[in-house]
Amino acid sequence: MLESYLRERMKQKDILLMTHLVLGYPSFDDSFKIIEAMVEAGVDLMELQVPFSEPIADGPVILRANQKALESGATVERSLDLAKKVAQRFDIPFLIMTYYNILFKYGTDRFVAEMADRNLKGAIIPDLPPEEGGEYLKAMEKYVMAPILIFSPTTPFERMRYLANFARGFIYCVARKGVTGQDTSFSEELVSYLSRCRSATDLPLAVGFGVKQKEDVDFLKAKADIAVIGTQTIRIVEERGVHSVGDFIRGLR
Amino acid sequence: MITKRYYGQFGGAFLPEILVATFDELVAAFEAAKNDPSFWQEYQHVMSTYSCRPTPITFAENLTRFFGGPRIYVKREDLNHTGAHKANNVMGQGILVKRMGKTRVIAETGAGQHGVATATMAARFGFNCTIYMGEVDVWRQRPNVFWMERLGAQVVPVKEGTRILKDAINEAFRDWVSNMDDTHYVLGTACGPHPYPEMVAYLQSIIGKEARRQLLETEGKLPARVYACVGGGSNAMGIFSGFFDDPVELVGVEAGGDGLDTGRHASRLASKDGSIGVAQGYKTCFLQNGDGQMRETHSVAAGLDYVGVSPILASLKESGRVRFEAATDKEVLEAAALTIRKEGLIPALESAHAFAQAFKEAPGMSGDDIILINQSGRGDKDIFTIADAFNDPAWQKFIIKKAEAYRA
Ligand SMILES: Cc1ncc(COP(=O)(O)O)c(C=O)c1O
Repeated sequence: MLESYLRERMKQKDILLMTHLVLGYPSFDDSFKIIEAMVEAGVDLMELQVPFSEPIADGPVILRANQKALESGATVERSLDLAKKVAQRFDIPFLIMTYYNILFKYGTDRFVAEMADRNLKGAIIPDLPPEEGGEYLKAMEKYVMAPILIFSPTTPFERMRYLANFARGFIYCVARKGVTGQDTSFSEELVSYLSRCRSATDLPLAVGFGVKQKEDVDFLKAKADIAVIGTQTIRIVEERGVHSVGDFIRGLR
Repeated sequence: MITKRYYGQFGGAFLPEILVATFDELVAAFEAAKNDPSFWQEYQHVMSTYSCRPTPITFAENLTRFFGGPRIYVKREDLNHTGAHKANNVMGQGILVKRMGKTRVIAETGAGQHGVATATMAARFGFNCTIYMGEVDVWRQRPNVFWMERLGAQVVPVKEGTRILKDAINEAFRDWVSNMDDTHYVLGTACGPHPYPEMVAYLQSIIGKEARRQLLETEGKLPARVYACVGGGSNAMGIFSGFFDDPVELVGVEAGGDGLDTGRHASRLASKDGSIGVAQGYKTCFLQNGDGQMRETHSVAAGLDYVGVSPILASLKESGRVRFEAATDKEVLEAAALTIRKEGLIPALESAHAFAQAFKEAPGMSGDDIILINQSGRGDKDIFTIADAFNDPAWQKFIIKKAEAYRA
């Protein structure tokens, strides 16, 4: 169970790290190396994004990574195969992050069964609210996978409670409005939003969007349970190369 | 709870959490407007004083004689202010924006018609305005970019993805998730998450209401067939909805591009290439590959060059109420040329798809029948594309001279 794993880890560390990457970007070989470096640097869990041509919740950096991955031949099958390989090789939980059409076209139940078969632990589908996700949520329950749901600063408290009913593992709290990759101001406003999130659910809270340096991670300690590093690692890979990833991650905590 | 509405198996509201509250507000504003008779009155007043409603129907006498078949009527949406049916939707949403108290509007545009209409509305109502337009479309519909900028809109060329309409929609959503507090997204067609398909179809229904009444007044009977081009599907929904309860055959015409068997087209419903999927917040027939990745589309008409289609039309195809056909780029240019020469009407290349299909079918129909073609817009914006298609040497000389004058 994802939640019990996280709770164990939370006893040992003052904040957990979740990292993100786009499968097949810059290449599948590089994806493997990046994941290996992240695991060695001590990340606690990872979300692996299966590329989609219309990643509507993502900003320019991740959008372009999706497009480049697809242009260089990334497919759903190859993405799932790499996910399987790393889930076998490394001893941390891996989640799939993608958009609903990828599951829908594959067959939602079949996709979730394949995730379970590959020893993945859950999924984040940002364009699938529970109102539209009946089949997905049923399949996730059937295969004992954690559906990670999202809270946002515009989510009313009542709706947070409603969403929490369907969520397993943890809640992904989007730190601000907008898409991935923009700056976030780590402010009092964020603190009061996180305390609202905290009172809406007993699940661990992850905070993502705009977390990119040690100060941000430090800020989140005691206010959240998991810091999510997304766009920034893609920037690091693009600017400094795959070999810089390990040092970057180690520098965060 | 998200309000979702389905048409058969199509539609829905696949929203990122950050937009749920914004959609709640929009659904409430739209429901209130629908139930408030003063909304439609205000809408009609704006459309009859700022635009040109009711737009007439024109009897195309020369084309009728030329084909020797049914009596051909044309619904003149090209006579709207800014030259297309897009004005109907835009002014209606503009009134809603005022009622919601927002101060900024954003929109996507393909042909540029929706962008220009939105920019005029923003100028008139005093809103800030940003228009997203694929880089490819900026190039092929440049005159409209000029007008949007003159009207005070900021035009953002979209360089991502296939750089056409769908990519402009994605960018508009990316803007909206940051700025929803003061910003309304004026979606230009009957696509996207609920309430857009219903709301845009509702505002465009003014076309069909008028056309039905006008035909009964002039001819005393209903048409046998109604033709409309289908991009996202808003002009088609607008004119078709006037005839849903009548024994009238409705024909939606998609972009056949280089031909349905070439793969280079934008025909989601008439070709075998479309399949059901979920993107841009709604479920419909998309042109996509087996993995669910959206494919590149092609059409000479930027406004029809789109991977998805109205969920309402997808459902009307499934139920058999609307027949879908495709016209190729070549057929469309020929139909435009014929219409210009025979009637002095200048249809937009989008609209010319409806003419092309009607011309294919007219010779086989009875002289007692009437057919109605929706001329969704005027062709002035297509002057460069049409000039290229006709390879007009005098025009080319002029352009070269003009360019030289700028260079000097
Ligand atoms: C003149 C004209 N007709 C038709 C369309 C296609 O849109 P819809 O299918 O929503 O009517 C456009 C879109 O830009 C247009 O400009």
